[in-house]
Amino acid sequence: MNIFVFVKKVPDTESKIRIDHEAKCIIEEGLSFVINPYDEIAIEEALRLKEAGEATVTAFSLGSDESIPILKKALAMGADEAVLLKEDLAESYDGLRTARIFVQALKTKYSDYNLLLFGKQSVGADNSQVPSMVAELLGLPQVNVVTKLEIDGNTGSAYREIEGAVEKVSFSLPAIISAQKGLNEPRYETLKGIMAAKRKDIPVVEVQELGFDGDELTSQLELIKMESPPPREAGKVIEEDPDVAAKKIVEYLREEAKAL
Amino acid sequence: MFLVFLEIRDGKIKKSSLEALSEAKRRADEMSMDVAAAIAGHNIEALAGEAFCYGASKVFVLENTLLSHYSPSGFAFALKSLIDEVNPTVILFSATAMGKDLAPRLAASLGVSLATDCIKMTANGGKLEVVRPIYAGKAFATFSFKSSPQMVSLRPNVFPLIDPLDTQGETVKKDVVLAEDNVRDQVVELLKAEGVALDVTEAEIVVSGGRGMKGPENFDLLRDLTSILPHSAVGASRSAVDAGWIDHQHQVGQTGKTVSPNIYLAFGVSGAIQHLAGMSSSKVIVAVNKDPEAPIFRVADFGVIGDLFQVIPPLKEELKKLLAE
Ligand SMILES: Cc1cc2nc3c(=O)[nH]c(=O)nc-3n(C[C@H](O)[C@H](O)[C@H](O)COP(=O)(O)OP(=O)(O)OC[C@H]3O[C@@H](n4cnc5c(N)ncnc54)[C@H](O)[C@@H]3O)c2cc1C
Ligand SMILES: Nc1ncnc2c1ncn2[C@@H]1O[C@H](COP(=O)(O)O)[C@@H](O)[C@H]1O
Repeated sequence: MNIFVFVKKVPDTESKIRIDHEAKCIIEEGLSFVINPYDEIAIEEALRLKEAGEATVTAFSLGSDESIPILKKALAMGADEAVLLKEDLAESYDGLRTARIFVQALKTKYSDYNLLLFGKQSVGADNSQVPSMVAELLGLPQVNVVTKLEIDGNTGSAYREIEGAVEKVSFSLPAIISAQKGLNEPRYETLKGIMAAKRKDIPVVEVQELGFDGDELTSQLELIKMESPPPREAGKVIEEDPDVAAKKIVEYLREEAKAL
Repeated sequence: MFLVFLEIRDGKIKKSSLEALSEAKRRADEMSMDVAAAIAGHNIEALAGEAFCYGASKVFVLENTLLSHYSPSGFAFALKSLIDEVNPTVILFSATAMGKDLAPRLAASLGVSLATDCIKMTANGGKLEVVRPIYAGKAFATFSFKSSPQMVSLRPNVFPLIDPLDTQGETVKKDVVLAEDNVRDQVVELLKAEGVALDVTEAEIVVSGGRGMKGPENFDLLRDLTSILPHSAVGASRSAVDAGWIDHQHQVGQTGKTVSPNIYLAFGVSGAIQHLAGMSSSKVIVAVNKDPEAPIFRVADFGVIGDLFQVIPPLKEELKKLLAE
């Protein structure tokens, strides 16, 4: 079985985000970048499938050379191969654009796959778009926000979270799955893995050379502005006897906030 | 035309879908456009009525037995055939679990871009501008669309419902032609989460607990509060979830759920940046924490420095009194 996992470089969730209003982008200087937490879960799932049967795991990332450490991490965790789909552009926040690049790469160069694994969302763009879009463009079944996955030969079932319930979905392979927290606990890289990843070559595919014509790569979303959220002002803080405090909370909710 | 996809759950149109419909009505009025809605399923025609009350003048009923259980490929296929026929200018979804699953699949089949989970929508001339929180709400980006139809999903609990109208509209039934092969990822079973009446993303009041709750049994104190507060649900910090005190589906934050309730009550939650990311768009935040330096107080509208175990019992009594009035 050939499993491809799509992994993205994102700012650490601890990050304070600063904005360059002129350039309409975030200021990357001073940020530390990590592998998207959901993508780490996707890699872990691929590795477990590999360990349970026979599989090759390949990690793909779309981005600049700065995404290489993310791919190295995937290798260090146990992926067999990694490929950089290289492009030096700033984030477009346009999921369709990203999906089209993946689909073009898959169709023209990497058409031998059984399972495509994603994260349920890239923290940052927060789009939750790419897996469903790739599924549609390739005509494949999709199950997103998956917390349990069972593959049996050419078919599978996946459990996905919805509001207050879990849906069980059956599908046949090849298929698209996006990972949610709870699917597994990602492993740490081993020292041996890190050393092996260091030596491993990461092929680079230039996005420009994937054979797009005309403006297929132009983002269809126009970013008008980027700004910080309106600051939330700290409100009143009291320190009183519990009985008094409880009364005051209710009073506040009712009289001032008019929320009850 | 604005076309709003309405999600059906337990034989009813979801409230968040009605919110999307209400917002469509407000914007469409400004842009002198009509509002239509689409529902998909089997034997669901009777549900169209409610859509008229929330602003739709026409409801397309996409009918096929294969649509009686949700499938993103099947639903996207059915919607695409409707859209090709009626050519809407704007397509709206609510950014629920289904909306987030289906809207991008449909967008790709139409070859258009999509703005997910928007919190504001304005009409600028004939075009929309939408605001989306990115980086878990640490930045707000405003987008317009170069592709058409303009496709947007709206965050639940953000857009107010309009006052129900007393009008009727036109129901247009469409028998969708669908082959088994168009339905490749169908839901075969729905497992209800136990003891969860309402999801945190849908609740109007979220009562959250963090590591300060000290143990799983104490989450009963919060469940007690939700049992008396209308439309409320229990939330949790990741620390409480990771400790195994409460199920992951209650987690609020950057790697949990984003909530925008009317009231967010936080007990024993320190207010780490990843937690704030998930709840700082709540309308009113109340925090109880024994540490005066806890960062949650920097975003709380009303804070109490104190021991949650001492504050919750009288709070429950006060709320009972108030709600009995
Ligand atoms: C990649 C990543 C993603 C993350 N995603 C999330 C996320 O989605 N959601 C999330 O919540 N966190 C997330 N975190 C974790 C986050 O960084 C914090 O560790 C977590 O939010 C802390 O939870 P807490 O506030 O319950 O615990 P603590 O920080 O330990 O705070 C407990 C608080 O309880 C107070 N307290 C203790 N006893 C009492 C009492 N008797 N009465 C009143 N107050 C009391 C203390 O003063 C303290 O402020 C993430 C972290 C990482 C690295
Ligand atoms: N630039 C990228 N490189 C690799 N994978 C990506 C990239 N962008 C998105 N993805 C994948 O698509 C998933 C969903 O992303 P998004 O639609 O942006 O929320 C992520 O969790 C990744 O698995």
